[in-house]
Amino acid sequence: MVELLAWLVLFLPLLSVAAITIFTRGNAARSGAISITAVVFSFICGLVLFYALPESSMGMPIQIPWLSIHDQGLGLDLHVDIGLRLDHLSLPMILIVTGVGSLIHIYSWGYMKGDPGFARYFACLSLFTFSMLGIVLADNFLMMFIFWELVGVSSYLLIGFWYERPSAADACKKAFLTNRVGDFGFLVGILLTWATLGSLNFRDLETRLNVHSVEFSAVATAVGLLIFCGAMGKSAQFPLHVWLPDAMEGPTPVSALIHAATMVAAGVYMLCRVFFLLNVDGSQALQVIAWIGGITALMAALIAVQQNDIKRILAYSTLSQLGYMVMAVGCSGPVPAMYHLTTHAFFKALLFLGAGSVIYGLHHEQNIWAMGGVRRKMPITFWTFTFGTLALCGVPPLSGFYSKDSILAQAIKDHHYGLFVLGVVVALLTTFYMFRLFYVVFKGRPRTEAAEHAHESPSVMLWPLFILAIFSIAGGLLGIESLYARHFEAAVAGTEPGFWDRLLEPFNEQLLAASFGVLAVVFGWLWARSLYRNKAVDPLPEKLGWWSQLLRNKFYIDEFYENVLIPCTQDALARVADFIDRWIIGTFAVRGTANVTDVAGRLLRMLQTGSLQMYAFLLVAGVAGVLYWVLGK
Amino acid sequence: MLAWTVYISFIGVLVLMLLPAGRARLARIVALLAALIGLGIALAAIFQREPDAGIETITQRAWIPGLGINYFLAVDGISLTLAVLTGVAAVVGILFSWNVEHRVKEFFAFYLALIGGVYGVFLSFDLFLLFVFYELAIIPKYFLIAIWGSTNKEYGAMKLALYSFVGSAMVLIGIVAAYVVSGAKTMNLVELAQYSFPASFQHWAFPLVFVGFAILAGLWPFHTWAPTGHVAAPTAASMLLAGVVMKLGAYGALRVAMTLFPEGLAEWRYAIGLLAVIGIVYGATVALIQKDFKFVIGYSSVSHMGFVLLGLVTINTIGLSGAVLQMFSHGIIAGLLFGVVGRMVYDRTHTRDLPLLEGLGLGRALPFAAGTFAVAGFASMGLPGFSGFAAEFQVLLGAWQAFPTFAVLAGFGILVGIAYTLRVLQKAFFNEAVPSPEAQAHPLPPISVPERLGAVILLGATLIIGIYPNLLLDLIGPSFSSHLFDRLLREGRPF
Repeated sequence: MVELLAWLVLFLPLLSVAAITIFTRGNAARSGAISITAVVFSFICGLVLFYALPESSMGMPIQIPWLSIHDQGLGLDLHVDIGLRLDHLSLPMILIVTGVGSLIHIYSWGYMKGDPGFARYFACLSLFTFSMLGIVLADNFLMMFIFWELVGVSSYLLIGFWYERPSAADACKKAFLTNRVGDFGFLVGILLTWATLGSLNFRDLETRLNVHSVEFSAVATAVGLLIFCGAMGKSAQFPLHVWLPDAMEGPTPVSALIHAATMVAAGVYMLCRVFFLLNVDGSQALQVIAWIGGITALMAALIAVQQNDIKRILAYSTLSQLGYMVMAVGCSGPVPAMYHLTTHAFFKALLFLGAGSVIYGLHHEQNIWAMGGVRRKMPITFWTFTFGTLALCGVPPLSGFYSKDSILAQAIKDHHYGLFVLGVVVALLTTFYMFRLFYVVFKGRPRTEAAEHAHESPSVMLWPLFILAIFSIAGGLLGIESLYARHFEAAVAGTEPGFWDRLLEPFNEQLLAASFGVLAVVFGWLWARSLYRNKAVDPLPEKLGWWSQLLRNKFYIDEFYENVLIPCTQDALARVADFIDRWIIGTFAVRGTANVTDVAGRLLRMLQTGSLQMYAFLLVAGVAGVLYWVLGK
Repeated sequence: MLAWTVYISFIGVLVLMLLPAGRARLARIVALLAALIGLGIALAAIFQREPDAGIETITQRAWIPGLGINYFLAVDGISLTLAVLTGVAAVVGILFSWNVEHRVKEFFAFYLALIGGVYGVFLSFDLFLLFVFYELAIIPKYFLIAIWGSTNKEYGAMKLALYSFVGSAMVLIGIVAAYVVSGAKTMNLVELAQYSFPASFQHWAFPLVFVGFAILAGLWPFHTWAPTGHVAAPTAASMLLAGVVMKLGAYGALRVAMTLFPEGLAEWRYAIGLLAVIGIVYGATVALIQKDFKFVIGYSSVSHMGFVLLGLVTINTIGLSGAVLQMFSHGIIAGLLFGVVGRMVYDRTHTRDLPLLEGLGLGRALPFAAGTFAVAGFASMGLPGFSGFAAEFQVLLGAWQAFPTFAVLAGFGILVGIAYTLRVLQKAFFNEAVPSPEAQAHPLPPISVPERLGAVILLGATLIIGIYPNLLLDLIGPSFSSHLFDRLLREGRPF
């Protein structure tokens, strides 16, 4: 029964892909209905598993052999299964993917109404859900990699959904390629792990790690960093972060589901899944991971301060929050990382859907300076968005406060004081740019015709906002943290904490972190309020001068890649190889051989004069020559 | 039974030659029928085969007894895999040349002769017989390109023929030398493979035979026939060229050169591995900046065949099975890519120039072609779910055991492969161009039923193997425990 449910969770969305592509391509409504039904049922199966799965059957293998090769000479076997792993890490994650996914599927029904590619959109969305669930459920590296790539494909298809726009076509290509650069490292990391430990299955790896700890510690840092490369691509960490803001070219619900709530979190999830490989004595990988995460968080938060596109601000905010999560993993804290991943999924999906609602209401206007006063026109969107903002900033007692606090506390606990300070600064910046957005979009007076005539979205788009808002508010009090803790830490004795304990826990546990977190929010808010209340133009560029320019242009990293890195590597390499092929091999070697043969033929032809006397002469001369050579010496 | 794959193809040739001129439709049906029967037989053989059957003799008769030459056909998992590939490629190739109108009868006669020769190579376990079939496959190929080809066809056909014959000459010298040196008076491959040739002999005989075969597999730097040949060839011929003929080379290298001269291989494996990796990266890199659509696919074939060669010289079962799986996979995927480019696009637009195609808005004008190419492109870039991933991943695993650096470089080649595939996908199909009013007035002919059928067969094949690779791996893997590979797996690896 458990097995059946687990397979159903995974394969229902795939069935929907098949059904839509084969049968209902032409029928928009039916395709959408199939896709929504599939993900909702998948969610229900997940819920049943979550509540009904006995502790004893946690982590039991559910496997189908997929690829098996036996090598008698080397004693090396390759056995890979398609296997599912149900435990305290994967089960909550399933609920996030299918739960938030369901809401966004439903929201899309309203948002995408009338698009000629409606059926294709839902097929891709189902494909994405399937692939993402595959990553979550995978019990071995290869399967994870397989679905990892499939997620990349579905993201490619969805970013490029409006492929007739050149910007979307370029963005999807960029996203895919950047991801594959990271995956190249990931793949090598997997190969290295397999070569050292002889298995790809997570459970086997864990047991083998205990036996072969000495061999492994020699390559532990390399393995850790290579695997991190994969996370760097998917979770958009510096320097592979460039694709995520461009990915906003896709439809907004896609940005909410894939490029905010779930897919980009896959990198963090993967790091937590294989945390036992990173957290090895003698491995320096975690140090690097922590700092890359920290740098990403800070850099993205800085860039977000000077963006003017509502979706891009949220995209950089996502980058920054992902940086937090990665930093948490690096500070040996998979539990805070997963905790923040979960709450972030709620409030960031909410924010994106809210932004989508604003964009929809303003006829696809995305520039925040062309909005203003939206509050009165779209009250429901306004209120839900406000709660999302407060949660993201980390206002107690909303969910974001607790998860962010647990990350800051983890940094102190792991003696990363530098990262702690950085984390507080990022929290301040987060509040600042979010309230900048808040004041400019919702408060003040409408600045354009579109903002003047904004209208509230249909209820099919508002209900998902409600539900997400509830979770964004209460997410910190549901005991999510202790759920994940059960996976990573040996069962903690004692009773479940009560409501009040949970409410005040951050202040009891690590007062320093909690108070700095709250202070950052207060100062960030005051700062944003003083600058942006009732403003029609951004006052910051004047004050900051060229800094503003630098931030607006994202530190010129994209320009560096496009104008320096790619021409110097890929293009140059291609030209050199083409030159070799055309001229050295093609002309010099191949034609050269042909020409030598040709010339030899022409020369020999001259001897064929047809003159008998000449032949006779040569014959005699030859004989004489041979005689001289034989006898004369 | 399996021998009938060969016979039925040649019977098809005979029937076609006896047909009255002008009966184009009948000729097509005869050809399709012959190919279908061949495929049916090959598929039936898969279902009948026991997993550990080893090398099963099909027929063995004295042919030239004085020289110990036998008409010896047999089958193991590797042959069977490739026979199925040949069957699939043959059927689809015919479906994709349904629109050939010029000398139809002769076209399909040459086509079936080529197929018969290829089946023969895969089933021969007598060296001399294998060589005869090998030559038999080369000749029709020349005519197919020279008569029915397009751009620069005489040049392409001649280049291909010359390369092939130089390769054959090298192989022939090696085979004859092996025959003489062993003194066993037999051409039976399994028996010869048991004989330990002197190391000094293997030292030069191995590269001679291996390279002789591998020329046809697109071994760098002897690959230049491939892009020009593919470009010149008619659609069906380039499908066969990439789909099965390149496999002949790789198959011969494995079946003959490596099993006969394992010590020679041990000496040269590093060099060959290096050439293979250069081919992988180089082919992909050159494909990045080609302007001719077919050139892109041609160079991508060089790159993907590099994986086959790399897998071969790993000499562990993982790498070897990966190589054989990659032969199958590339045969299917390259066939599909050439089918789309040659038949669906070129036959309609009469251009393969990417900048020109960019303005046609093909994504909207030919949605089926665009969709097929997108999926085939994903398969070609080694995405999981398609056969290429299972194969290339195994090759990488195997290569990691033998030479980790090469494995990393080959992985880099995959990365470049993605770049060029996405590039052509965007240039040829998915861009902002809309068909011009003039083009809208004269829409391109829609994709015909045979084309759809052919595309679906190939897509199905790569998907099925991609989703469940054990279907073929259960055939391929155990084959390496037969006697034929004893010495290879023992002496081939220096560790």
